[in-house]
Amino acid sequence: MSEKSKVGILTNGIIKENPVLVLVLGTCPTLATTTQASNAFGMGAAATAVLLCSNIFVSILRKTIPDKVRIPCYIVLIASFVTIVQMVLHAFAYSVYDALGLFLPLIVVNCIILGRAEAFANKNSVVDSALDAIGMGIGFTLTLFCMASIREIFGNGTWFGMEIPVLKDNHISILTMAPGGFFVFGCLIAAVNKFFVNKPKKEFGCEGCPAAAACGGRNAALEAKGAVAQ
Amino acid sequence: MSIKLFFSIVLTAIFIENYVLQQFLGICPFLGVSKKLDSAVGMSAAVIFVMLLATAVTYPIQNFVLNPNGLGYMQTIVFILVIAALVQLVEIVLKRYIPSLHASLGVYLPLITTNCAILGVCIDNVDSYMGTAAFGSTFAQALTYSLGAGLGFMMAMVLFAGVRGRIEDNDAPASFKGMPITLVSAAILSVAFFGFTGVIDNIFG
Repeated sequence: MSEKSKVGILTNGIIKENPVLVLVLGTCPTLATTTQASNAFGMGAAATAVLLCSNIFVSILRKTIPDKVRIPCYIVLIASFVTIVQMVLHAFAYSVYDALGLFLPLIVVNCIILGRAEAFANKNSVVDSALDAIGMGIGFTLTLFCMASIREIFGNGTWFGMEIPVLKDNHISILTMAPGGFFVFGCLIAAVNKFFVNKPKKEFGCEGCPAAAACGGRNAALEAKGAVAQ
Repeated sequence: MSIKLFFSIVLTAIFIENYVLQQFLGICPFLGVSKKLDSAVGMSAAVIFVMLLATAVTYPIQNFVLNPNGLGYMQTIVFILVIAALVQLVEIVLKRYIPSLHASLGVYLPLITTNCAILGVCIDNVDSYMGTAAFGSTFAQALTYSLGAGLGFMMAMVLFAGVRGRIEDNDAPASFKGMPITLVSAAILSVAFFGFTGVIDNIFG
């Protein structure tokens, strides 16, 4: 592969195929951990570490793992790395461990990680997979960071715990609560659609879902069935 | 467990700590499968079923296998594998013995393995109930909470299927079409659930 395509793989995940805003994957941690910029940063870093390790190992083992049992194998790999990350954070960054709480073990079921293993790492070389993981990880972290900054600055009047003069007295606290998460996320996707993606956003369906491989497109059949039933 | 405690746990899980709208768990199926009422109900029924079953299996595993052997750190790996195996098993059993139920729930089951609400409720239960009292009573509370979380998921799905039916035909700004307008309406639905804050405490307190 040429040098240019390596850079292409790396930058692909940041805007063009941003996992959160364009592919709409990993929505749960995006909404839940973006109440504070520091939490979002911790979540992004933890997920990136898991993504990098899992992509590298899936890529190394892609010829060894039989095709039929690949999804369970990936899940075991991912769960092991999540456990390692949990232990590392518990030992060295307890405040982050505490703040992320339930969403740290839930990195296992983060669609981005399984999705990249399935869509990229099991078809590409180790170096490319690692670059893809780093790109996607940066895209995920940046998105979380942007969203958390908006929510923390306007919702709480602080940024990384620093007080912001005027906003501190006039904060919109609903932005840090659950509805604000949905709202800011919706607006960010709309902004990305407006400025970076020319074609209208495709419908959320099987094509964007990493579980599609696991379910064999049965969801599409189910949508069709629903249509028939209606 | 008293009736009062049962209702207090279930109603809290449905209205105050709603898994989808307040805790952001299970957002993927919430956004993906809520277009039609039929599929929303089917998916939620499968989620309730698997949530109860997963709690019934993982809670004793944590209590009798992992904790006594000092293997608490294996929780994540063990739980996700147990859930994945359980879903497969349920699918096989349903297909063999109750084909009618399999026809209506079967398509949703594989999707549930990677649903974070299931793993979430198992870990949540262990975190909040384990070790607070004798195993029997905490196990009953954990199962009750799972039921409530599942019903809360169902309620959010069904309500939102209705909302979505109306959004589909609306003329939203071009960049808001599809996902963004769906999320903004989810935000409004989520605001509505704030109205329940304190209600349960006042009824059962």
